[in-house]
Amino acid sequence: MEVAESKSKKAGGRLCSTCNQRKAALKRPKTLEQICRECFYEVFEEEIHQVIVGNQLFKAGERIAIGASGGKDSTVLAFVLSELNRRHNYGLDLFLLSIDEGISGYRDDSLQTVKRNEIQYGLPLKIVSYKDLYGWTMDEIVKVIGLKNNCTFCGVFRRQALDRGASLLKVDKIATGHNADDIAETVLLNILRGDIARLSRCTLITTGEDGPIPRCKPFKYTYEKEIMFTYAYFKRLDYFSTECIYSPNAYRGFAREFIKDLERLRPRAILDIIKSGENFRISTSTKMPEQGTCERCGYISSQKWCKACVLLEGLNRGLPKMGIVRSRGQNNERTKDMKQNKGTKNIESKQCGTLDF
Amino acid sequence: MACNSATGCQSGCYKNEFEQDLKPATETISNSNEQNLCVKCKANEPTAGAGEDGKHCLDCFRSNLFGKFRLAVASNALITPADNVLVAFSGGPCSRVALQFVHELQQRAQKNFDASKDRSLPVFGVGVVFVDETAYYPVPSSEIDNAIQEIKLIVSNLSPPTKELHVIPIESIFCSNQCDRRERFKKLVDSVSDATGKEDLLLQLRMLSLQKFASENGFNRLLLGLCTSRIACHVITATVKGQGYSLPADIQYADARWEIPVVLPLRDCLAQELNMLCQLDCLKTVELLNQTHSGINGLVSSFVKILQEENPSRESTIMRTAGKLTPFHFNKIPELNDSSVPLASQRRQKRFNLKPNESISSESFCSLCYSPLNQSDLTSLSSHDNCKNSDIFVAACCSSCRFQIFPNDPSSMEKFYSLLPEPLVARAKHVRNGDSSLLREQIQDFLLSDSEDDA
Ligand SMILES: [Zn+2]
Ligand SMILES: [Zn+2]
Ligand SMILES: [Zn+2]
Ligand SMILES: [Zn+2]
Ligand SMILES: [Zn+2]
Repeated sequence: MEVAESKSKKAGGRLCSTCNQRKAALKRPKTLEQICRECFYEVFEEEIHQVIVGNQLFKAGERIAIGASGGKDSTVLAFVLSELNRRHNYGLDLFLLSIDEGISGYRDDSLQTVKRNEIQYGLPLKIVSYKDLYGWTMDEIVKVIGLKNNCTFCGVFRRQALDRGASLLKVDKIATGHNADDIAETVLLNILRGDIARLSRCTLITTGEDGPIPRCKPFKYTYEKEIMFTYAYFKRLDYFSTECIYSPNAYRGFAREFIKDLERLRPRAILDIIKSGENFRISTSTKMPEQGTCERCGYISSQKWCKACVLLEGLNRGLPKMGIVRSRGQNNERTKDMKQNKGTKNIESKQCGTLDF
Repeated sequence: MACNSATGCQSGCYKNEFEQDLKPATETISNSNEQNLCVKCKANEPTAGAGEDGKHCLDCFRSNLFGKFRLAVASNALITPADNVLVAFSGGPCSRVALQFVHELQQRAQKNFDASKDRSLPVFGVGVVFVDETAYYPVPSSEIDNAIQEIKLIVSNLSPPTKELHVIPIESIFCSNQCDRRERFKKLVDSVSDATGKEDLLLQLRMLSLQKFASENGFNRLLLGLCTSRIACHVITATVKGQGYSLPADIQYADARWEIPVVLPLRDCLAQELNMLCQLDCLKTVELLNQTHSGINGLVSSFVKILQEENPSRESTIMRTAGKLTPFHFNKIPELNDSSVPLASQRRQKRFNLKPNESISSESFCSLCYSPLNQSDLTSLSSHDNCKNSDIFVAACCSSCRFQIFPNDPSSMEKFYSLLPEPLVARAKHVRNGDSSLLREQIQDFLLSDSEDDA
């Protein structure tokens, strides 16, 4: 409440530029317009609604899993989607999908948050554990391999967990909380790494339409600041700050800091980066190579076995380094970045992806 | 073999003797210690700072850089014997090396010409141009006079063959008289409030004055010293400004969308290497104006600088990524079918031509920055019905120019439009009346849907 009041004082009692009736309560991060609280919620939700409709993200009757980590993005996404579903009669069967990595003391809290969300928004919650999916908890994995290489596991297992959990629950589509800042950062990182194939895909609002379960990002054009400061604060949404405790270096990297600097100078830069990403002229021949499926588990994979299966095989045979060595070859540039930046800052903000999906 | 001081040898040490005896062999001995020799020629000692990792000798470092330049020139037909090349020289290290290399290339061509019997391949001509930007960056007149004297000296030392130096003020793009045009230039630049927009407008005006000069003085190539590092920065700034679509147009070896094709033969050289060459070879540079970038451009250069310090291949990677984007049809030197051009150079050019179907043709350009426009940039045109000239001009601009260069309110837009240099306005009109089929399509779409509604 204090923050809100000081903000309206700063605005000097000016009227909201949208309704011209109420006092402006904040400067909208995306446009720097002075706006009142009510108008802000309205425009925030309306923009997301327009993105959903304009891009035909969902069809009536679909069963949609919201990847719920208890973090701010997915918490706000759960709230907004359930609101919009009700208000505009999307006809969606929504529920929260959480992954329990089996990190003692850590997940307990964030899962509590998700459970509260379940009650607050009336959305059913399904929790799928690493133990269910892989036969190992993250704690057990760390016990075997030590803290050094765990992020290889973190990243690979988490990337697959949501899909595997979703297929277990017979879901039509997954909605994730990736916001505009995340996407802008990914565009830059793919340029810095020379990954033209990923560059061509990373601004797509829906991915994996050829695979078993497509994923979509309703927050593609939504600013992190609007999600974080204003929305979560004013609406007093219950969320939990998630940082992977097994990845102490997962602080904001250069690219993220750069984006924040840009935003300060020119808020629309985030949208401009996404626009550039959408408009890059990339010939079809350089797009992603055709992907097959893992012979072992059926998950999408360009190799005979998917990375998770390779890592699991190593763990189960007591040779945990096996998958890590192999993944280094495929992921050369990334590994190089990590090595060179040992002890210094990384260009990337999320080494293993935070626990936010 | 060396004496062990612990044994307390004094005069009896035969180290010197031994070394002299084996003089030819000493090289092989230190050779086994490979790091101490240039990795390329394996003969000379490496020069500190030369090459990416300091493992090259000065000769190999220089010939490697020149090799990159020559390969770019040859494989893209950037300079052919009949050409008259205008080198834009700022005084800085990149364009200094460009000037040096062009000179060396010209010297070689001259030598070949003198030695050949039939003299079938003429020697290309070279002119040098310096843009005086004191209308933008205020500098005491004594300072600019000194700088120009130094530049004159640099250029006159690069002969034979002789090269003429031309100094043109940036405001020469305006058609009015000398005094007025400087004022008009200042007014135009001052009317842009965004710091980044101001810088980008300056860039456009510089290009326009170079084009105008080249065109009026019989040059058919404009050569710039843009290096990998500057291009890497441009890749990021263009991305940040939402110009992802037009970006590939700016970063190729050749850009023939301009009346006088622009060529970038140092595209594959790092700024760091070019700086080093200037130091090692004592190539004189003129640090005239400390032009630090501000706004978005400044933020990006410091970001790229940090990344490059962290990983010395970062700038190259950024350029290579953007290099994989599809270039435009104008990103090659137009083919010469002119019978006045010697057959040999025609043949030479054919051999290296770009695959034509690799590029998509695009016909609409931003009225201001001349970057190719894509569909989404043109959509706002339909909202302008009672078309004032300035409205049409804005409608055919990219969203980046609209945001960061144009004034927001319509009244100052009129004024801004009236300050624009004549060649720019003329070009925009020409583009509109000419082959801008995309633009016409847009208007037609609008009209059609309108009449459908009436019916
Ligand atoms: Zn309001
Ligand atoms: Zn981790
Ligand atoms: Zn598998
Ligand atoms: Zn050498
Ligand atoms: Zn433009």
